Amino acid sequence: MSFFTVDGISLQFGGLKAVDNVSFSVAKGEIFTIIGPNGAGKTSIFNLISRLYSPTSGKLLFEDRDITEVPPHQIAKLGIARTFQNIELFENATMLANLLVGRHCHATTQLWQEMLFLPSVRHAEKAHRRKVEEVIEFLDLQAYRDKLIAGLPYGVRKVIEMARALCSEPKLILLDEPSSGLNVEETDDMSFWIRDIRSELGITVLMVEHDMTLVNRVSDRVLALNYGKVLASGTPSEVQAHPDVIAAYLGA
Amino acid sequence: MLDFIQQLVSGIALGCVYGLIALGFVLIYKATEVVNFAQGDLMMLGGFFVFTFIGLMGLDYWLGFLFAVCGMAVFGMATERILVRPILGYPQFSIVMATIGLGYFLRSIAGMIWGTDDLRIETPFSAGVLKIGDLVLAHDKLSVIVATVILCAVLYAFFNYTRMGTAMRATSENMLAAYYMGIPVKRVVSLIWAISAAVAACAGVLLAPITFIHSNVGLVLGLKAFPAAVLGGFGSIPGALVGGLIIGVIESLAGFYLPQGWKDIAPYIVLLVVLVVRPHGLFGPSMRKKV
Amino acid sequence: MRFVFKTDYDQDIRILKHSGYWWSYGVLLAILVAAPFLLGSYLQSQLVFVFIYAIVGVALMILTGFTGQASLGHAAFLAIGAYTAGFLQQLGVPFIVYFPVAAILTGLVGALVGFPALRLQGIYLVIATIAFAFIVEEILARWESVTHGNEGMRVRALDLVGFPVPRDSAAFYFLCLLVLVGVILLALNLLRSPTGRAFVAIRDSETAGKSMGIDLAAYKVKSFAISAAITGMAGVLFAHKMTFISPEMFTLLLSIEFIMVIIIGGAFGVHGAILGAIFMVMVDPFLTALKDDVPVLAASIASSFGMAQEAAAQLQDRFAKVGSAAGLKGAIYGLIIIMFILFEPYGLYGRWLKVKLFFQLFPLYKRATFKRQKTYVKSERNR
Repeated sequence: MSFFTVDGISLQFGGLKAVDNVSFSVAKGEIFTIIGPNGAGKTSIFNLISRLYSPTSGKLLFEDRDITEVPPHQIAKLGIARTFQNIELFENATMLANLLVGRHCHATTQLWQEMLFLPSVRHAEKAHRRKVEEVIEFLDLQAYRDKLIAGLPYGVRKVIEMARALCSEPKLILLDEPSSGLNVEETDDMSFWIRDIRSELGITVLMVEHDMTLVNRVSDRVLALNYGKVLASGTPSEVQAHPDVIAAYLGA
Repeated sequence: MLDFIQQLVSGIALGCVYGLIALGFVLIYKATEVVNFAQGDLMMLGGFFVFTFIGLMGLDYWLGFLFAVCGMAVFGMATERILVRPILGYPQFSIVMATIGLGYFLRSIAGMIWGTDDLRIETPFSAGVLKIGDLVLAHDKLSVIVATVILCAVLYAFFNYTRMGTAMRATSENMLAAYYMGIPVKRVVSLIWAISAAVAACAGVLLAPITFIHSNVGLVLGLKAFPAAVLGGFGSIPGALVGGLIIGVIESLAGFYLPQGWKDIAPYIVLLVVLVVRPHGLFGPSMRKKV
Repeated sequence: MRFVFKTDYDQDIRILKHSGYWWSYGVLLAILVAAPFLLGSYLQSQLVFVFIYAIVGVALMILTGFTGQASLGHAAFLAIGAYTAGFLQQLGVPFIVYFPVAAILTGLVGALVGFPALRLQGIYLVIATIAFAFIVEEILARWESVTHGNEGMRVRALDLVGFPVPRDSAAFYFLCLLVLVGVILLALNLLRSPTGRAFVAIRDSETAGKSMGIDLAAYKVKSFAISAAITGMAGVLFAHKMTFISPEMFTLLLSIEFIMVIIIGGAFGVHGAILGAIFMVMVDPFLTALKDDVPVLAASIASSFGMAQEAAAQLQDRFAKVGSAAGLKGAIYGLIIIMFILFEPYGLYGRWLKVKLFFQLFPLYKRATFKRQKTYVKSERNR
């Protein structure tokens, strides 16, 4: 049983092929990175996986289940969570409120129960809060619990974005450029967290990254893209030594 | 058959009126993404200005027209300076409500200054009809149609082919970036309000022989011009005209062929149907955020 | 200044965060309960209108303040609730039955409106709701078999399981108060539960909401339905209060008044709805006072400063003329909206919070705490 497979996926906007017949497989418990120059289609692939876009051809298979036609709001329930490159947090809400929204796919209470706020709803709320606190402790975000997102610095927001994705207890997490905009120290922390996500929480990580040191430090396998097409795939050292990848992206 | 054409032409004339007001909406929206709910009332004020110049001061028609348009342009700039500039950039809802408040205020003040009776003025278009075969077209309606088409063409060219027009479109997309590119944003916004108020004044003057001048004319027509602007797609100048024509023709034909009462809601029903099919209006841009 | 030390998740879930609130809201509730026995009938009547407007304010707050769906058509929902009550009452249906039926029916209509509203944003949604409101108004005027058209419909006094509850009685006042408190609790419960958070997600970032598993369509429809149902309830109470309903009472201007309630009060909390309702209901008495009392007051002040008798009488006339000018109400409405948007963007509740903070931080309060950052227009088309 394959954990997650992208099979010949293509995305076309009019005459522009954003993603051109891309195929790859992610094994369970792996950290898989997609690299490539800007405009290579990396974020488009993420948008295809989280079903914000629909592919023009190809299939997506998650745990042997075809998710190509699944509507976007059911993806989280299946166990796939993602972060966004340009942070999509709720600016006027507290961090706690943002993280609690991440728990939405596990909400079991009905509307009428919530309107009356029955004890079952209170119980469920406390359970959600407990899970969120676990994530807060994992990522060291205690200081920002009741702060509004609008006042927080960029680096903290990126971590909160990741925290929100973790709150939905995913099996596969998609990290879109987790280290962009972070300084050296924060990138170091990020690399530790990505490895901890895999080893402590048992979540498979699929990420897009530009920082090659981070890629080398954490990835098990790498996929290089250019103009929507696959250039090379393999271990980090294999891909970095590939002549096409050097020509298109890394430079000599 | 003749009846149908007569109603059609009448509807086109009515539609051009809506189109003119909708044009005012779209102009301001194109430059600042503000929806000016008081556009109809600016038109009403333009009518009152022209009444003051022609009726009370006895000026020549064309001179009074000119003065009214210039006066309204200045008034538009003043409104922008006092009301709009402080709240530009805040959620669209606040600005919409502010313009609604402005509309209320203008209607009441106009009623207090000029009274609440219908006022009339002498215009070269008031009398006179054009006869094409059995078809009868009143000059006042014709003047509206001609003026609307000319204004639409001029403004469309302005927005798409001149530097100032491009600057205005840039301002509405991202004001901060526009500032950085050296666009005199404050001047741009003032200019667009002046132009929009001037267009409203034209509408007010041309409408004076048809609907007469009274303080509620802005509300009634503005409320119909809204669906016109939305139907055509906010942000599209030809869309405003097309939307206005559709609403005008539907209203006219519905009034003639359908039982009573349908005349008022038929345009709204059409609007809802179009919005369901095309959520951004007929010519509106359908954009989506890139994440 | 009180510092709340948190030891339990319940403290964050509770509606009243600490015991101080129990006291203040308790006293407020006690005053409201005692009011009919202390105030004259005019003020009691005005308070009933405040309650009805506040109920609609809470409904609008759920839809516009929390889900971000602007609506200028709530007068239509009020009308549907009112006419359902009137019609069913004529058929002999008891209040206990037609009150929830009106709410449910209006909720269903709201859900119906919610469906086409799914793809509409911003100004398009506003216009669509205006169009909807016009269509409903016209239907009410034309469907004469049910609504008696433009003649209007008489609504008899409420009949609560055998006890008649006339519109001016203390019992009706308590009924309205009860409904208001119920609706407020319902709204607050919604907001601290997953559905409420989903609503806020829809307002702030639809993309993020979709990725977190929120079915946007379902929640938008739910928001419309709940908002409409609550407004329907207010409609029933409105019908009984006015005892006579006709389509001209439910115009666009009424919808704008409701929006003014939440703008003036502050759109992000229940307090805002109530404060806004108080303000809006007070405008009419204010105008009458302007017409009747202010000229006399001005004249007496002027004469106490030594102005001649004649001049004082002229001054009184001048004030009286301004005060009774037709259409003054419109000008005042317009001025109020503009003033609030320019100077009090957070509404009356925002002003209350600032005053409270002033006293809490005395003497260290700084006005810049609430200063709005200068923002620039960023196209909302790419939301």
